[in-house]
Amino acid sequence: MPTELQSRARPVIRRSAGTDAVLLDAVSFAYPGGRRGAVHALAEVSLRAAPGELLAVVGPSGCGKTTLLELICGLQVPDAGSIACAPAVLMPQRDLLLPWLSAVDNAALALRIARLSRAQARQRAAALFVELGLDGFQHARPHELSGGMRQRVAFMRTLLSGKPLLCLDEPFGALDAITRGEMQEWLARTLAREPRTVVLVTHDVEEAVLLADRVVVLSPRPGRVIAQLDVELPRPGSLLGGHPDGRRQAGERPRHRTDPEVLALREQALSALATGERR
Amino acid sequence: MRAPLLLSAALLGGWELYADFAGVHEGLLPAPHAVAAALWNNGGLVWRNFAVTAEQVVLGLMLALASGFALAVAMHLFPLMRRAVYPLAVGSQAVPIPVIGVLLVFWWGFGIFPKLVVIALICFFPVVVSTVDGLAAVDPEQPKLLRTLDASRWQVFRFAELPAALPAALSGARIALAVGVIGAFIAETSTPTSQAYSGLGREIITDINEFQTARAYAATAVLFAFAIACFHALGLAERKLVPWKIQPRGETT
Repeated sequence: MPTELQSRARPVIRRSAGTDAVLLDAVSFAYPGGRRGAVHALAEVSLRAAPGELLAVVGPSGCGKTTLLELICGLQVPDAGSIACAPAVLMPQRDLLLPWLSAVDNAALALRIARLSRAQARQRAAALFVELGLDGFQHARPHELSGGMRQRVAFMRTLLSGKPLLCLDEPFGALDAITRGEMQEWLARTLAREPRTVVLVTHDVEEAVLLADRVVVLSPRPGRVIAQLDVELPRPGSLLGGHPDGRRQAGERPRHRTDPEVLALREQALSALATGERR
Repeated sequence: MRAPLLLSAALLGGWELYADFAGVHEGLLPAPHAVAAALWNNGGLVWRNFAVTAEQVVLGLMLALASGFALAVAMHLFPLMRRAVYPLAVGSQAVPIPVIGVLLVFWWGFGIFPKLVVIALICFFPVVVSTVDGLAAVDPEQPKLLRTLDASRWQVFRFAELPAALPAALSGARIALAVGVIGAFIAETSTPTSQAYSGLGREIITDINEFQTARAYAATAVLFAFAIACFHALGLAERKLVPWKIQPRGETT
């Protein structure tokens, strides 16, 4: 074996993360630039998420949040550092539903790619529509659906890939405030029924604090981790039993966006962001 | 449906008046009634020649669409091929067909095939250009998403790029179709044939040489109508193939 003489460590990428679902260690990444030189997107970012955790990443626009997800999904290779992640699936910022397929066929895309027959794929996806409260919309075309519905279909497509790690890139960024609130609750309920490890990228601090187990704050480009906040409150949807209508079971009350603890965390995250901006 | 009929009637009326009263020799411009009479009196001849031409146009266009589409897909999947082939495809459009007509007959004989090759050569180019552009216009995020769903290169093509490129390919087909009929004319007049009826193109040349102008116009009218009919047929096919493009206006998907 040749001796490693380079001072800079070679990137290490593994598709299994041992006990962690996500483990990034001092990951740096730059886009090879044109005339104006390389664009440094991420600088020595270290992150970890245990299986089943929801990790939110917040940061100003252009701080490399999307790049981070692409690295986790294996779509980019880091320049330095190491990445060990469970098999991950991307839900991009725009829904990217295929206009020639019905909602159910869009949701079933991963199953078709896994070479299930059209009928089998459709059957499994249609069942999920019923389970997640979208019954009746199976055969709608994407252009007939509202923005919120399209995001739900896109999320089901992500879920049906069967991968343990979901990378959500500002999934509700383009929605109006009311729809966004509904979607956040729907996502929380859905994850309670279908537990997955989630890395949620958002520029909405409130959304991060409401949904996540841990919030990672990134600085402006090149993004580095400037704060990590643990949200030790029950996740919304976590105690809502197995019913899509959200029937509640006895026990602790799930967090709400107006709880004082949630508001305090939001303030912390915002001030960390502000510090990052001033730096 | 009414507007095109009214416009056609007005144009025919104007033509009739001009031909009847402007003192133009009927050998230069026959009046519509004379053209209609020529069509009526030579119905059998025109029909048999039309059958030959129609077969050439339809088969030639199919060859053009198939080869143009296949070439576009190959150019899309293999960038090296794209760089190599694109300039040659552009250049091929500048080749005057009579230069190669006799060679094609030397290769494939006096039958229909050399004519199909000529039509395909004239018509494949718009299909290639629009299909290549359509394939390249797929949202660059789409392949990324599909890759995280474990799609192979072929599956990215099959599930995203191919259907996304179909509308553009059909636009190319429409342009191809519009030049397909004149392509058949060029094919017939630049390759010798052994058939008893050699098509409307040959017929028109013969009529012009014999000063049978009304009959040449009658044959032209048939080609004119045939082009419109083909165009409509493609429109129907389009509705079947890309129904998601026939949406209520105002949707941007």
